Amino acid sequence: MNPTAKQFVLMLEGVNKTFDGFKAISDLNFYMDEGELRTIIGPNGAGKSTMMDIITGRTKPDTGKVEFGKDTDLTSMNVPEINRLGIGRKFQTPSVYIHHTVFENLLLSLKGPRGVFVSLFARTTSEQRDRIGAVLKIIGLADKADSLAGLLSHGQKQWLEIGMLLAQEPKLLLVDEPAAGMSDEETHKTGELLLSLEGKHSIIVIEHDMTFVRQIARKVTVLHQGHVLCEGTVDEVQNDERVKEVYLGRKKKH
Amino acid sequence: MRRIPPNLELWVVLAVALFVIVVFPSLNAFTADGSWWHVSNFTISVYGKYLCYAMLAISVDLLWGYTGLLSLGQALFFALGGYMMGMYLMRMIGDLGQYHQPIPDFLVFLGWSTLPAFWKPFGSFPFAMLMAVLLPGVLSGIFGYLAFRSRIRGVYFAILTQALTYAACLLFFRNSLLLGGNNGFTDFKFILGHDIREAATKRGLFVCTGIALLLVYLGCKWLTTTKFGKIQRAIRDSENRVMFSGYSTANFKLFIFILASLIAALAGVLYVPQVGIINPSEMSPDKSLEAVVWVAVGGRGTLVGPIIGAFAVNAMKSWATRAYPDLWLIFLGTMFIIVTVFMPKGIVGLPAQLCSAYKDFHAKKPKPAPALSPTAAEIQPVKPE
Repeated sequence: MNPTAKQFVLMLEGVNKTFDGFKAISDLNFYMDEGELRTIIGPNGAGKSTMMDIITGRTKPDTGKVEFGKDTDLTSMNVPEINRLGIGRKFQTPSVYIHHTVFENLLLSLKGPRGVFVSLFARTTSEQRDRIGAVLKIIGLADKADSLAGLLSHGQKQWLEIGMLLAQEPKLLLVDEPAAGMSDEETHKTGELLLSLEGKHSIIVIEHDMTFVRQIARKVTVLHQGHVLCEGTVDEVQNDERVKEVYLGRKKKH
Repeated sequence: MRRIPPNLELWVVLAVALFVIVVFPSLNAFTADGSWWHVSNFTISVYGKYLCYAMLAISVDLLWGYTGLLSLGQALFFALGGYMMGMYLMRMIGDLGQYHQPIPDFLVFLGWSTLPAFWKPFGSFPFAMLMAVLLPGVLSGIFGYLAFRSRIRGVYFAILTQALTYAACLLFFRNSLLLGGNNGFTDFKFILGHDIREAATKRGLFVCTGIALLLVYLGCKWLTTTKFGKIQRAIRDSENRVMFSGYSTANFKLFIFILASLIAALAGVLYVPQVGIINPSEMSPDKSLEAVVWVAVGGRGTLVGPIIGAFAVNAMKSWATRAYPDLWLIFLGTMFIIVTVFMPKGIVGLPAQLCSAYKDFHAKKPKPAPALSPTAAEIQPVKPE
């Protein structure tokens, strides 16, 4: 390895994935620094979700390297193992435990042992309560601790799910369209929440809503047909000819 | 799911258990035959059977209601437990059978003159009980390991468990398995030295079954309060979220699948000496489906629901198969449809359901415009996977 190479928190190199002849990911190279807040945009079918699936172990790449931190190969691990390394993922549609209270949702997410037999005799400690209290404060649901998660509004469920990720104390957070279906005010609040986490965690956000992207974006990666089209600030990306072409279809190259 | 205050439920169950375990058998033992409070031997054996069914129903609900795994294989584990007990009981007949040979009658009929090797240790009660734990435990362990490893879920899991049960059923029908073929085992004489046809023995078995059901209930009650129980329900509601929170859901499902198979086997062990027969029809697919109906009728995702459902449906079955023998299956099917459509929370959820319907009805009259805000239970029907 190049000794001067920077230590990336996440690195994808030469990754390919084909589903039934459809090339979802093609020669994808992606590097991310520790503590970075990265936004990924791209038209439908650009491979954003497949990329998340590959990082989290839900899908195995056909070829290529996927490394987390210092030489941890993710391609040979399964979903729970990768999660336990410190990679948390939030789904596009809120997935919380609707028959559990907000408190219990966070309790099940707290970092700690994950074994079957440990769970039979686990007790909730006061440290855990404090930790849950702190997360509740961050996501602004402190007064909802004892209500069933199924009774929360759509926006509150999204925040709860982000809180569940924070409770895992992950090094890397993957957040898939957190603002989907939210009101403008909720979207703004979500943006502030993500910005407040910058530096403490490395975060990848996938998003379509350009207002939201403008609010949170530092460095933007544009995906197209399974590989990186360009990277840069929001303005650089929006003025890039290739990006305009992909999004607006201005001219066709042959 | 707090439809009933948790402590109230526990006290009611303990009171009913006291009645079933102490008062009911006493009424059989110490009152004169013919007096109005006398409990007949027939009633004892019928209710003893229902207690076993209730245990089987809990095992179905532990998977279906609490984990979102619809297993149609619980009748198999029930029958396996029953067969292990049956083998012991067959050995206890000794040479009192029709042919007066020291081996079971069906073996004489098949041309055997000595006992096959695998039958020999079943003369020991502890060995038979050990096998009643091991056989269902190992089978559910292997099957569950393979199924959950391959992420088989939902309807596919239901179909696979049904296929397993059906395959076992066909296997047990074969005479060459040396387990009695389609006649199975019957004509039992003794259990642990007691005459199995005597009222006192039947009473003893009834009390044992009552205690076993109470312990299973309390054990499952405890399990639901642990972190394991919370994870179990979380898997039902959002398995992906649980996996993406670092839990190997396959291990959790395997644990509960094995536990449920052992509860079903225990029910089978207690069932066979009380009904006096075990044959492969006990593991036919419709037996598993019936258990699912009991749970749906009683109330899925609760622990009293399956018990109530098992008693209610079987009491109805006893009545209907006498009054309208040809119509029973139509009754059963209709009941399942009605419950699924109109009573998603079963009998246990009925009071809350009627209560809110009553409130809605009255709220509409004085002020017609604003609809009453629905209760928590109403918004959240138990989600099938």
